[in-house]
Amino acid sequence: MIRPDAPVLLEVRDLRASVEDQPILHGVNLTIRAGEIHAVMGRNGSGKSTLSKVLAGHPAYTVTGGTVTYQGQNLLELDPEQRARIGLFLGFQYPVEIPGVSNLEFLRVATNARRQQGGASELDTFAFEDLVRERLAVVQMDPAFLERSVNEGFSGGEKKRNEILQMALLEPVVAILDETDSGLDIDALRIVAGGVNQLASPDNATLLITHYQRLLDLITPDHVHVMAAGRILRSGGPELAHELERTGYDWVDQELALAEVG
Amino acid sequence: MTSAAVGDLVSQPYKYGFVTEIETEKIAKGLSEDVVRLISAKKEEPAFLLDFRLRAYRQWLQMQEPDWAALGYPPIDYQDIIYYAAPKQQAKKTSLDEVDPKLLETFDKLGIPLSEQKRLSNVAVDAVFDSVSIATTFKEQLAEHGVIFCSISEAVKEHSELIERYLGTVVPSNDNYFAALNSAVFSDGSFVFIPKGVTCPMELSTYFRINSGDTGQFERTLIVAEEAASVSYLEGCTAPMFDTNQLHAAVVELVALDDASIKYSTVQNWYAGDENGVGGIYNFVTKRGQCRGARSKISWTQVETGSAITWKYPSCVLQGADSVGEFYSVALTNNRQQADTGTKMIHVGPRTRSTIVSKGISAGHSLNSYRGLVQIGPKAVGAKNYSQCDSMLIGDQAGANTYPYIRSQQSDAVVEHEASTCRLSADQLFYLQSRGIGFEEAVSMMVSGFCRDVFNQLPMEFAAEADKLLALKLEGSVG
Repeated sequence: MIRPDAPVLLEVRDLRASVEDQPILHGVNLTIRAGEIHAVMGRNGSGKSTLSKVLAGHPAYTVTGGTVTYQGQNLLELDPEQRARIGLFLGFQYPVEIPGVSNLEFLRVATNARRQQGGASELDTFAFEDLVRERLAVVQMDPAFLERSVNEGFSGGEKKRNEILQMALLEPVVAILDETDSGLDIDALRIVAGGVNQLASPDNATLLITHYQRLLDLITPDHVHVMAAGRILRSGGPELAHELERTGYDWVDQELALAEVG
Repeated sequence: MTSAAVGDLVSQPYKYGFVTEIETEKIAKGLSEDVVRLISAKKEEPAFLLDFRLRAYRQWLQMQEPDWAALGYPPIDYQDIIYYAAPKQQAKKTSLDEVDPKLLETFDKLGIPLSEQKRLSNVAVDAVFDSVSIATTFKEQLAEHGVIFCSISEAVKEHSELIERYLGTVVPSNDNYFAALNSAVFSDGSFVFIPKGVTCPMELSTYFRINSGDTGQFERTLIVAEEAASVSYLEGCTAPMFDTNQLHAAVVELVALDDASIKYSTVQNWYAGDENGVGGIYNFVTKRGQCRGARSKISWTQVETGSAITWKYPSCVLQGADSVGEFYSVALTNNRQQADTGTKMIHVGPRTRSTIVSKGISAGHSLNSYRGLVQIGPKAVGAKNYSQCDSMLIGDQAGANTYPYIRSQQSDAVVEHEASTCRLSADQLFYLQSRGIGFEEAVSMMVSGFCRDVFNQLPMEFAAEADKLLALKLEGSVG
């Protein structure tokens, strides 16, 4: 939902970043307002996953220039956990397994970290059980997954549902979903997309990072950005995604080549 | 635990590294037959014990220091060690009021208050300072149940028939190099006797404190549980920070008769040396329990976090039919620490069962080896063993080894061994952090998750302590 007067939640200006001294982002600009759903599309290696990790504060990436303002605050000076507590969420492309750590306990600690930041009281084990059982419905997840270790032995689809369950519990202000559609069959994709749609509200925003149109058939973005070589090459409405679906990414290469010549 | 609490914890250095200034009586450095006689004389021991010591000393002279462990350290000069050091105080202390306040203060600082007002209400404590036991709490209350809990020196005097009957029967003096050394020069330790049919009414605990810099500590502990008796015992230990290494060579013997059960837990937090491996305790310990009686049970739980070198294999000899041995271990090494630790389960009797759960965590430049033996003898019909050995590596400079030995002379024995190695990765940490969980709490969650099977075995009061201890020890090791 586009409302020009809605407050800006995330403002990325000329963001540059490298990993192991290899520059990946070459000046990304992006403005996300409350109520909006954005999609960043691009080929593998275009820098779109790097953008999501830099925004979440992954220590392997070094910001070499530019600014990121989150609700008026300099995001780049915050630790990853502080970013999460004030409402930034990253849904991982490959959620890691953490043996021995109970999924339920992990979800509870994470939820309480976010709640306490907002001044809400800590949920005890019983209160949290009630909350988590209610939120399981968002992703139609079997409560048995709560008793297991975090993501351990989960299928690809179960891991992604667990990500959206975390999103449902943490109620983020800006959710970045990195290739949430990858590795999902059509049923799992519908469930995950359904979860994201349920959680979208006029007060929050979603940034979808994806390679394919098929996620965008289920979640309609307000803005679509095409990323290549560490920059946003073009921005437009949902029709841009359809154009990409029709023509593939070849025109991006041509445009990029022209840009370099120019 | 909140992340702030862990934050406070991990910002502390080794907090037990202080030295108590107290006048100490020490004998001259070096080891000889005269020194053995001197120690025995100072402790006013009966002749059988002096003979025991001298025999052990002569055996030790004939023995070689073992070199099969995956440990590297410069040769130990056994003539450069003081074999007896004791704080000067009245010879005979009849109550805590007569104990030097400085000593009470020391144990207060260590979190082991001994005075009647402050002591733990459900744990009886024997406090050992360098070579002597300075106080044992709740002795009278335990005596009402027929339980004997006192220092081994006192037991030698008051209950010499029990000492003579059991000492050296589980770990013979010539068992190994360090056991022989200990048998010759052992200083103090605890003695526990639970008579037939008695369940010890409280946790028993011995706290070992090394204070002197150039003194070796050679404690000796003996626990006997008669028919259908049961006891839970915990030992804790700390030492000051010195830039030299101190030798600690203990012997612990457990005896369980028919239907008896002994649970022995250790939280070992000796000084581990600095980040460059300077200083720290050399910990060479022989611990063994004998399930002599049918249906008896001995369970070892250890949390090993300290010491520069750890050489330790708490074992069970399962003699009685249907007896049970257990070993639950967490060994954490950081910086330049080296640990070679594990267990031996010797199945002698029929239908004996044993369980081994070992968790090794290596960080920094440390080396952590599990070494375990499961032996099934020809009469151990229907014996069963289950072993699980997991290693966690933190960073890319640490090492982990697993050396399982299985010897079975019984075709119908069931021996299962599972092993795994994992690495605590930056990606796992980032995952937890990106959900609002602070760095220290994230490390602590992952490490305690890894150790959960073992922590569940610790007495409740100490499980939380063990958890905190690990977080503290891992300070700065993940990055």
